[in-house]
Amino acid sequence: MREIKVPVTRIEGHGLITVELNRAGKVSKARFHVTEGRGFERFCQGRTLWEMPAITARTCGICPVSHLLCSAKAGDAILAVRPPRAADKLRRLMNLGQYVQSHALSFFHLSSPDLLLGWDSDPAKRNVFGLAATNPQLALDGIRLRAYGQEIIAALGERRVHPAWAVPGGVHAPFTAEARDRLAAKLPEAMRIATDALALYEQGMAGWGEEIASFGDFPSLFMSLVGENGVWEHHDGRIRLVDAERRIVADNLDPARYFEYIGEAVEGWSYLKFPYFQERGYPDGVYRVGPLARLNCCDHIGTPLADAAVARFRATADGKAVTSSFHYHWARLIEIVAALERVKIYFDDPEILSPRVRAEAGINEREGVGVHEAPRGTLFHHYGVDEGGVIEKVNLIVSTGHNNLAMNHTVTQIAHHYLDGQKITEGLLNRMEGGIRAYDPCLSCSVHAVGQMPLKVVLLGSDGNVLDEKVRTA
Amino acid sequence: MSKVRLASVWFSGCSGCHMSFLDLDERLLELASKVDLVYSPIVDIKEYPDDVDVLLVEGAIGNTEQRHLLEEMRQKTKLVVAFGDCAVTGNIPSLRNPIPREELLRAVYGDGDIPGLEEGDVPKMLPQAMPIHTVVKVDRFIPGCPPPADRIWTFLQALLAGRRPELAGADLRFG
Ligand code: SF4
Repeated sequence: MREIKVPVTRIEGHGLITVELNRAGKVSKARFHVTEGRGFERFCQGRTLWEMPAITARTCGICPVSHLLCSAKAGDAILAVRPPRAADKLRRLMNLGQYVQSHALSFFHLSSPDLLLGWDSDPAKRNVFGLAATNPQLALDGIRLRAYGQEIIAALGERRVHPAWAVPGGVHAPFTAEARDRLAAKLPEAMRIATDALALYEQGMAGWGEEIASFGDFPSLFMSLVGENGVWEHHDGRIRLVDAERRIVADNLDPARYFEYIGEAVEGWSYLKFPYFQERGYPDGVYRVGPLARLNCCDHIGTPLADAAVARFRATADGKAVTSSFHYHWARLIEIVAALERVKIYFDDPEILSPRVRAEAGINEREGVGVHEAPRGTLFHHYGVDEGGVIEKVNLIVSTGHNNLAMNHTVTQIAHHYLDGQKITEGLLNRMEGGIRAYDPCLSCSVHAVGQMPLKVVLLGSDGNVLDEKVRTA
Repeated sequence: MSKVRLASVWFSGCSGCHMSFLDLDERLLELASKVDLVYSPIVDIKEYPDDVDVLLVEGAIGNTEQRHLLEEMRQKTKLVVAFGDCAVTGNIPSLRNPIPREELLRAVYGDGDIPGLEEGDVPKMLPQAMPIHTVVKVDRFIPGCPPPADRIWTFLQALLAGRRPELAGADLRFG
């Protein structure tokens, strides 16, 4: 048996891939390990409900807003209140800002160097600064688009990372007309960057055929929230699962009862748990979440530019589900456009300036579930509290977790496709990482943890002896 | 003048400090003309190089591998900076410190084969998550959860101007 280890960079997290080969040099198994854990579910016990949005936001600095909002929603359920309409809209607005910043980070800062500089390009330059040297306008665009999303977050919550703003029952402070007008003035530039990037991807696709076919192109279920009439949803709604044919497998599931249909398996080789769809068992109940899943699950988006893009997206799969994880990138760019179109709708809605943004109440339920679509997919926060609101139980199922089985399928498929058992090339290793990167895994959240290590390839003989070792350096 | 060799690493933290670094926005491009980012989660270099001028360390030290890497990095680096509250004080990851390691892992992962209890496919979790100065000598501290981008810029500018970076006043605030 040979084993290859590939630490993963340019993702948000602490990951490592190992590949085992049989004697014939064929891939027998590939695994994606998450190498760090912090134990949020345990150490939050004994804190109060009111602290939870701020603490759980620190699971992840890339999508802190998701945890903030999801935690506040679990709090709404425990207070047994519905936040005022304006608060709901403002929470949505902040989440849309986060979609823009997080998806822009994934595409421009982390993944575009592979797509534009090439999978086999010099690793020392294959990063956002390398991109800035060869394509300064694109790098600048990426920086500005991400900044726009961050500015929406900061305009609502006073800071870009870890705003302390959403609270059980609503939000902490209303929005101002000045902030809205300032952001509205910059919206056209953000939209120009987003639509340019979408066009760039759609034009570039023809050149990435081999990657599209091998970066996790397999049938699976897809899961997301959908809104009324099957509309694309990012903050509320009910759970839907579709299969590879885009047939609805389950619909209108109550997110608060997630434990009746989602199971969580544990493997000793990863800090990240393995959720699965219970009806199909473990590990057959593999499903994907996130941008690709949201576009496969929803009937429509509800805004013109995004709906036109979704029609092009679906046309490539004859109306069935788009099953290549490579197209997470595409789905992400469509979602940036969708988010900006919705931001415009909120900016035009005077209700977002309402001062009534918080429902006050005490502890009225002993248990509550918050659900939310984080940029990377469906997120659950489930809390149990005592009568004074002290946390007794916490379960978090984070977006990247749902994709854990699918990421393992993906690295196996890439290893099969690109590894001939003899030659370990830099390009192969980077493709394996690229397959993971397509999911934009936020390992920081996933292990309610997060890095990098040297890339090391170890070839083990069938007796476990090291046959060869290769270290990738700059 | 040769470019400053800058590195950054992400240990037991949430990546928020790195996000705040990216919040330098257009200033990143100015920075790129003055420094070489020789090692970081946002670049593809897998081996920590020799002769690094400045290392920004995000996160506390939570497992054996992080401790080992930090020690190795210290030897190859002139200025080691504790970057953000987790690195400076232990902050969020250290909330687990009163709880025995095995109890914590069992509470999260159950009774089966669980990660982190012993050295294996994933590194062993340390009994406590510690601020980085308990492991190596630290030259500079940038507090904040995360440090705001302007604070990071103040620090880097001093560095690039060849001064010893000193933070003062409001720039010393935690949280
Ligand atoms: S200091 Fe704050 S922002 Fe930085 S890693 Fe720790 S929790 Fe995240």
